[in-house]
Amino acid sequence: MNGVHDMGGMDGFGPVVREWNEPVFHAGWEGRVYAIMSLATRLAPFDADEFRHAIERIAPVRYLASSYYERWLAALETLLVERRVVTRAELLAKEDAAIDQALIANPVATQGPARVKDKTGSKPPRARFAKGARVRARNLNPSGHTRLPRYVRGKAGVVERDWGVFVFPDTNAHHAGTKPQHCYSVAFDARELWGKPVNSRERVYVDLWEDYLEPIASNSKRQATKRKTVHRTGRP
Amino acid sequence: MSGDHHNTDDTGPAARVKALEALLTEKGLIDPAAIDAIVDIYETRVGPRNGARVVAKAWTDPAYRKRLLANATSAVAELGFAGPEGNHLVAVENTDRVHNLVVCTLCSCYPWPVLGLPPVWYKSFAYRSRAVSDPRGVLKDFGLELAPDVEVRVWDSSAEIRYLVIPERPTGTERMSEDELAAIVTRDSMVGVAKIAAPASRRGDSRRARA
Repeated sequence: MNGVHDMGGMDGFGPVVREWNEPVFHAGWEGRVYAIMSLATRLAPFDADEFRHAIERIAPVRYLASSYYERWLAALETLLVERRVVTRAELLAKEDAAIDQALIANPVATQGPARVKDKTGSKPPRARFAKGARVRARNLNPSGHTRLPRYVRGKAGVVERDWGVFVFPDTNAHHAGTKPQHCYSVAFDARELWGKPVNSRERVYVDLWEDYLEPIASNSKRQATKRKTVHRTGRP
Repeated sequence: MSGDHHNTDDTGPAARVKALEALLTEKGLIDPAAIDAIVDIYETRVGPRNGARVVAKAWTDPAYRKRLLANATSAVAELGFAGPEGNHLVAVENTDRVHNLVVCTLCSCYPWPVLGLPPVWYKSFAYRSRAVSDPRGVLKDFGLELAPDVEVRVWDSSAEIRYLVIPERPTGTERMSEDELAAIVTRDSMVGVAKIAAPASRRGDSRRARA
């Protein structure tokens, strides 16, 4: 989903501020949330893909106004309520009247992808791309979970490494199949990503599943250059 | 605005967590002692000291460095470090020509077994947004200015791979033991936002990251 969590390349958040002698947890409850989350995956089986998506489903305004562990808490409540491990009413009944306005398990819904049938007993899929292959990140905009950041969509890069076969998050997060496939480290030139005269000695390596990528034919480099020229001269 | 303010009073998230823990305990689904144990592990045992041991060994043992670069997950496991967010570790090495920087723009993925849980700045919106579009500017926020001819490689942890930066070993550390070296390796240097100062200059302003 094109959510506010997909922050790569956004402006306006100011400088990075470092905290000196930072504790692991800033309050007791942060550690409790972390630990309950580690244990909860055993009571209501959900994996990292679903957990990440539960965080992404938090409404943007609330996402931005929450700290990291507040987002974890919201995702945890969401998943435990959705899996009927606890009910919303039970949670509210346990809480103090002072915080009954707390927003529990009320994220925006997103539509997942169509179900893919898992092939059982089949061999791991073959890699479509080899090291050095020129690829383009597809311009995909799924309404559900994805790990294809917006800032690389439509951009050309080079396959640097094949990390092997991984479960596909876009389907897995929605219980729509594991769709195992190769995941690659794809190197993008910073100028390709940001289109400004940035330092030419900068590259961003993004780990992308095969379904996120399409090959760039060997002769398309010239076409792409030509298209760019048309845009520059033909349009203001 | 970073979105990383911390609620420490007993309202808001603190009360909600208390309620959730009480409810799960009442239902017999969770044992508070197990929660205490996990908190203790991350507060006292899993942290950047683990990664520092890995780096110090890589600096002093060329065969280990080779194994670490070839397969960080198994090389890190040799030292007894493993666990959640550590199943697909990759080590990238900083040199005087190449500087690596690690981020997770989509959430805050981080190599827990070697670095512990991420610091607030790593999870901040400022870092997540700008590390990919303005890495040199982000490094300046940390007081690190790279020469323009140094190549910057930013690793966005968008899948299950977790990255550990092997920082440059500072000059003047030739006589130091592996244990002594482990003591000077900082968390920030293993994420790639800092260099490690040479021992002689460490007595000065410790915030100056430049060796």
